[in-house]
Amino acid sequence: MTESRTGRKQIHLAAHFPGVNATTVWSDPRSGSQIDFSSFEHLARTAERGLFDFFFLAEGLRLREHKGRIHDLDVVGRPESITVLAALAAVTDRLGLAATVNTTFNEPYELARRLATLDHLSGGRAGWNAVTSSDAFTGENFRRGGYLDRSERYTRAAEFVATARELWDSWPLGGERRRFAHDGPQFRIEGEVTVERPPQGHPVVIQAGDSDEGREFAASAADVIFTRHSTPEAGRAFYADVKGRLARYGRRPEELKVMPGVTYVLGDTEAEARERAALISRQQISPQNALLALEQVWGRDLSGHDPDGPLPEADPDPESALVQGRVRIGDPLAVAARWRALSEAKGLSTRDTVIEATGRHSFVGTPASVAAALEEHVATGAADGFILVPHLTPGGLDDFVDRVVPILQERGVFRTEYTGTTLRSHLGLPVPVWKGGTP
Amino acid sequence: MTGVRTLHLAVEIAPPPSAATGSALRDAAATVALARLAEDAGLDFLTHDDSFARPGLDALAVLARTAPETRSIGLVPTVTTTHTEPFHVQAAVASLDWASRGRAGWRVAVSPGAAEARLFGRRPAAPAAELWQEAGEAAEVARLLWDSWEDDAEIRDVATGRFVDRDKLHHVDFEGASFSVRGPSIVPRPPQGNPVVVVDATRPAARETAARHADVALVRASSPEEAAALRAELHRAARAHGRDPGLLRVLLTLAADLDAHPGGPAALAGLVADWHGGGAVDGLHLVPAVPERDLPRFAAEVVGPLRDRGLFRTAYEGTTLRDHLGLPRPVSRYAPKGADA
Ligand SMILES: Cc1cc2nc3c(=O)[nH]c(=O)nc-3n(C[C@H](O)[C@H](O)[C@H](O)COP(=O)(O)O)c2cc1C
Repeated sequence: MTESRTGRKQIHLAAHFPGVNATTVWSDPRSGSQIDFSSFEHLARTAERGLFDFFFLAEGLRLREHKGRIHDLDVVGRPESITVLAALAAVTDRLGLAATVNTTFNEPYELARRLATLDHLSGGRAGWNAVTSSDAFTGENFRRGGYLDRSERYTRAAEFVATARELWDSWPLGGERRRFAHDGPQFRIEGEVTVERPPQGHPVVIQAGDSDEGREFAASAADVIFTRHSTPEAGRAFYADVKGRLARYGRRPEELKVMPGVTYVLGDTEAEARERAALISRQQISPQNALLALEQVWGRDLSGHDPDGPLPEADPDPESALVQGRVRIGDPLAVAARWRALSEAKGLSTRDTVIEATGRHSFVGTPASVAAALEEHVATGAADGFILVPHLTPGGLDDFVDRVVPILQERGVFRTEYTGTTLRSHLGLPVPVWKGGTP
Repeated sequence: MTGVRTLHLAVEIAPPPSAATGSALRDAAATVALARLAEDAGLDFLTHDDSFARPGLDALAVLARTAPETRSIGLVPTVTTTHTEPFHVQAAVASLDWASRGRAGWRVAVSPGAAEARLFGRRPAAPAAELWQEAGEAAEVARLLWDSWEDDAEIRDVATGRFVDRDKLHHVDFEGASFSVRGPSIVPRPPQGNPVVVVDATRPAARETAARHADVALVRASSPEEAAALRAELHRAARAHGRDPGLLRVLLTLAADLDAHPGGPAALAGLVADWHGGGAVDGLHLVPAVPERDLPRFAAEVVGPLRDRGLFRTAYEGTTLRDHLGLPRPVSRYAPKGADA
């Protein structure tokens, strides 16, 4: 546990660039470009002004489709992560720079080299969110074409990360380059790397899968786990679960940081914050988005359905392949039953049911109450910190940095200056032990 | 420039292979200093070579790191196509174009060696002709993907709830000999429409790919006659592919140690003026023996005199690399015919 002199558990903070999803509001007049470099620069500089641990970019390797057509309701289009983070290294000084990069549609030699380069160019600030999407739909953009059987996604990911670590350990900083050879079921490669060991030893490895295999992979190999479990109860259960898996790998609880992705809405009073939150939910869930959410659960074409009318009478089709490139709904029949109950109990229209059921902001309140809730979350073992997902590009983090960060600092739970220069040092993570033999 | 062909100048800035051992990886600040020197001299672009076969950082990332600290100069990293994913390569180049606000290029290269093949373990080494054929396909699919978002695809239409007009996003459905790509790109159409494609056309195996896909072809030649013949051959081949040869720039790649160059910098300035004036080439791509040492001398003692003679720009007139090269911004091939050119 990272503790300050006040003895309170310290909070880690990261900034998620507003994503390609329905959380990001584009209809607001303040919504800026999702692709101009100036938007990335604004958000990264804001995060650094707020002394955040890192800046985070997600990845999607195929545009989402719905009913065989490109999904058109949400923000779409983003740059390739490592390239834009290398550029951001020029306009930031201490902020960690984390890229989401898939392990199925990349090769360890090239990706380890690109990440090592980012770590060198940023003076030790690189992070890598190793994700495992392996579906055939995404595969259509890549050489391997097909895909990986779902059961193999983490077999490949684990060997991928292990291989990357071998590569990072094959040229000691300032020492002699040596040959590597990796001979495993997924990769049989050998030769020499072209880049010396990264300044951090290894870039910080993040994991973001939720299945049992995903959690086990995080426990064995990751420094940070990015999760959707953001409520206190679910957070505590998740936190206990993944921390409990570490001992098996000879790791201590503080060696894996649990960081849920969270949203927030601020107001001068609690009532004002709640009003703003409701307004944002309505912006996020347009009538068209409400129908789309409905189709995702129902697996049927519901384009003729009235969003202001009741839910459809027919039940969902659990075998549907209507939606591609999105996380699948676990049990559509159960979700539909929950929505029906909600709609009946409160007399809600289709759109209002979707808003009620899915429009959720993790933290809503005054700066003081949000700061208190964040602290409480961390103090009670639901998280080690948060990946904040603003709903507006690029100004969505401004009020948090201006109004919440100072309160967290006053409460003694957040740094008042950067004390180290690397992402590892911000997260309080040890430098990986050199395993490349006598340097 | 009035009737006279514009002279184009470029410089390679990667550390020379001999220097790149031990802790000799150049740090970001040193690269930025070189790029600024080249920019102060008004050069069209700089190249940064790359290969999996010798020490050095990833060139595209190095130039991305350089982008926010420069304003005008074109940034052209080498990115290889043999062991990489065409979809990732085009996305990275497009992203460099976004990060540099329209200054990105891509020098297409292949990885011919068996040692490089073993770093990936996916396919054995292959003959150069086959690799360049594949490189051409990578360049072709890159253009398709850069075009796969029409310029006005983003509409933000609140009334219909649509962020994009999906009719302006296109599957590319490219089928090559060794890969296929469905598309569209995940990156919106970059500022230049298509970043500038550069191919070293010196080796015959690469020439066809250069004629078909390059905006800038680099050639090595030991006489103006040899260079002129190569340039004419590239123009002929480009025409045969239905391209306007007037949109293909041919630059002489010259490895030079300015201390050792016969006649020194003055002679080099004379050579550039003569070869360019005589129509043998459209300009020079200098590969200095030691960039840190040779680039300042090149700027002062070669570019300076060329400017004094009115042969080279004294200030950038445009903001994109295409502007510097006098190449128009291409219309997306998916745009409806008759759309604004
Ligand atoms: C919070 C969170 C964020 C994620 N972000 C991405 C992403 O940006 N890109 C991506 O391809 N997958 C992303 N994923 C998907 C996971 O990496 C993983 O591939 C997926 O959840 C399937 O693994 P699982 O079965 O272990 O959950 C994310 C998952 C979670 C939980």
